[in-house]
Amino acid sequence: MALAEVKPIKIPSESLTVALVGNPNTGKSTLFSALCGVPTRVGNYPGVTVEKKLGRYRDDSGEVLIVDLPGTYSLSARTMDEMVSVDVLLGRQPDVPKLDVIVAIVDATNLERNLYLFTQLRQLNIPLVLVLNMWDRVLASDIQVDLAKLSERLGVKVICATASRSSGIQDIKAAIREAASDRDVAAASVFPREFQRESAELRDWLAAHGQPVMQEFLVERLLLDIDGVHAQKLSKQSALQELPERIGAARDRLASAGQRVPAVETRCRYNWIRSQLAGIVDQPDEEVQTLSDRIDHVLTHRVWGLVIFAAIMFAIFQCISTGASGMMGGIETLQSWLVGWVQHWLLPGTLRSLIDDGIIAGVGSVLIFLPQILILFFFIGVLEDCGYMARAAFVMDKLMCKLGLSGKSFLPLMSSFACAVPGIMATRVIENTRDRMITILVAPLMSCSARLPVYILLIYTFVPETTWLGGWIGLQGLVLFAMHVLGMAVAVPVAWLLKRFFFPGGTSAFVMELPSYKLPSPKVVFYRVWERGQAFLGRAGTLIFCTAVLVWAAGYFPGDHTEVHQLARSIELRESQVSNETDSELATLRAEERRLNGQLIKGSFLGQAGHAIEPAVKPLGWDWRIGVGVIASFPAREVIIATLGTIYSLGGDVDEQNGSLKEALASSRWEDGRPVYTLPVALSIMVFFALCAQCAATLMVIRRETNSWRWPIFTFVYMTTLAYVGSFITYNVATWVLG
Amino acid sequence: MLSLADLREGQFATIIEVSGDDSIAVRLMEMGLTDGERIKLIGFAPMGDPLEIMIRGYRLSLRCSEAKRIIVELTT
Repeated sequence: MALAEVKPIKIPSESLTVALVGNPNTGKSTLFSALCGVPTRVGNYPGVTVEKKLGRYRDDSGEVLIVDLPGTYSLSARTMDEMVSVDVLLGRQPDVPKLDVIVAIVDATNLERNLYLFTQLRQLNIPLVLVLNMWDRVLASDIQVDLAKLSERLGVKVICATASRSSGIQDIKAAIREAASDRDVAAASVFPREFQRESAELRDWLAAHGQPVMQEFLVERLLLDIDGVHAQKLSKQSALQELPERIGAARDRLASAGQRVPAVETRCRYNWIRSQLAGIVDQPDEEVQTLSDRIDHVLTHRVWGLVIFAAIMFAIFQCISTGASGMMGGIETLQSWLVGWVQHWLLPGTLRSLIDDGIIAGVGSVLIFLPQILILFFFIGVLEDCGYMARAAFVMDKLMCKLGLSGKSFLPLMSSFACAVPGIMATRVIENTRDRMITILVAPLMSCSARLPVYILLIYTFVPETTWLGGWIGLQGLVLFAMHVLGMAVAVPVAWLLKRFFFPGGTSAFVMELPSYKLPSPKVVFYRVWERGQAFLGRAGTLIFCTAVLVWAAGYFPGDHTEVHQLARSIELRESQVSNETDSELATLRAEERRLNGQLIKGSFLGQAGHAIEPAVKPLGWDWRIGVGVIASFPAREVIIATLGTIYSLGGDVDEQNGSLKEALASSRWEDGRPVYTLPVALSIMVFFALCAQCAATLMVIRRETNSWRWPIFTFVYMTTLAYVGSFITYNVATWVLG
Repeated sequence: MLSLADLREGQFATIIEVSGDDSIAVRLMEMGLTDGERIKLIGFAPMGDPLEIMIRGYRLSLRCSEAKRIIVELTT
């Protein structure tokens, strides 16, 4: 028997790294999901805020790693997104393997503009696959494309696909494998001879001055990019100090030869594209009004445009603030069910407190944000995919311009009124780094729904029920309104100051494509929601959880809990024996337990911290209890209510409607008998909470989105300072006015 | 000299020059606003700024301040 013949056939396994590159609005993320499903990793590139998205799929020959690069119009490396893209494409990004293939994805209905980026990609000396996406729209229109000729002229494999319907995906996978074995794919330059000569001279000069031989594409970029980052970096080397002068001289020579930089680049590339497409792409008469134009006529109309915009925004806002409450209620129910389950199995003790009040509460404080994030990104997904998002920015730009921002900042800021966490995550739609940073930094000033319980408790306890105009205008409502306006009003000068001192520079461009309208694809929306949920739960979720557990520990230790645990045990024992709610012994036990808990928190690290900061908060009219409440509410603002409940010995589970907490607050006294809570104190606390950054989730999301600890710390410091100054002024002015 | 910002809704024009060498000018050129191209002004946003144009078969929006840098010549 020839056993040796039954050797398993060895399939040559070869893994590839492929980058997905294209303009915004070409369906690049849709193609990504169609190729590899949900991303295996969503994060940031080290040191920058550019999102890094990786995915994988397997085919017959092995594994393929897909790197989704941010949508860009050019590789001129002026913005951070473009710089990271260039580094990945040239294999200079240390955490991404060298690329085997680039998949250039273009909108098949708008080839001319889309191929601009392609003309740059073909110079990189990496095998290319050109994907003509949204092919279904080409089929439905009068556009004619001769695919065979296009592929021949451009010298690359051309695949037609409709990523939103997963058509053409197998062809793309096959083309990637085929292209990976291509060698020597460098394309001829699109530039005139004078330019090529200057480029060659510069390359030789650099090589003579100790630089490794540079790719033609990079040398050209040195000539083309005025104030380019690459040239600035190189000229820091002492051997290359003359570089800026050499580049300047070369540009002067080119200008006198009629090839002025930077116009020469765009002119040559677009001329090249037009000559390649001539005779093989037949576009219908562009002066015909399309359906998209007719929709635009209504949606950007002087009156209707604004009305529709306001209606859509209002609907989204309503859904986030009310729709999420159902899901949030579900999370809370699940949480209390879990707590009950733990109580059933574990006797009162440190372990049970850690699980119930630390871990379960910590996980809950992360999950509670998920419904709002999911709802907001569902709407963003729909609006972006149907094409309205760009119109919303178009309609709002002038207004936001007056605040020093752009139209794209509107939606993130508006959603921050429901919750700053999804709002900050939504700033990814703003490409301009400066606008995006300012939007992130002022978003937490918008009055979010977590501030509401604090306002309600204090307003309905301390603000008199005065009404005017036959009950139509009430003082309580007015104060509530004022608190909401306060953050917004403060955000205007803050944004101005940030722009003036932290992100200086001229106004940024607002050059935005308005894509044609289309029906949103459920798949695209689903992936969008999924991705954001995953992004939030990953790093930010972990950090929020840790903060919650740390604050629990600070409130628990170092007190001796033996007595209170024994008490809790006998309460639970008695509860299981007598069902009578009015049992007097049970009531005594419970009162004793609350008293002990109040004492324990007073002696805990948290309580000590509250006493320590009392001198600092006294000018605001606060006593140490409010100090403790403010420190304990660092994970989330609304925690102050439960903390005050514990301090005033009411048990931890009180809410803003709780009558006994209102009474306890109203009857609280300083040592000399004056009431602690007066109207000025209540206003001072509210102003503090309107302006402070007491929300771990917001700070952790800022950490994630800016990819640096600097900005969450900055936000915390500037907002706490504002809050302190604001509440100091409020307290003193209110005391003076109310005498 | 006429600029893109001076056009009225529905008017066609040919680009003569995009003035400036800065990043905004380069961005405009990269988006296809190069010398000799034909453009159409589609309309203005409800508050009068920015504006929407058609260039190379697609729709693009710019602020008036950017449109002022695009020197054009009316065509029919």
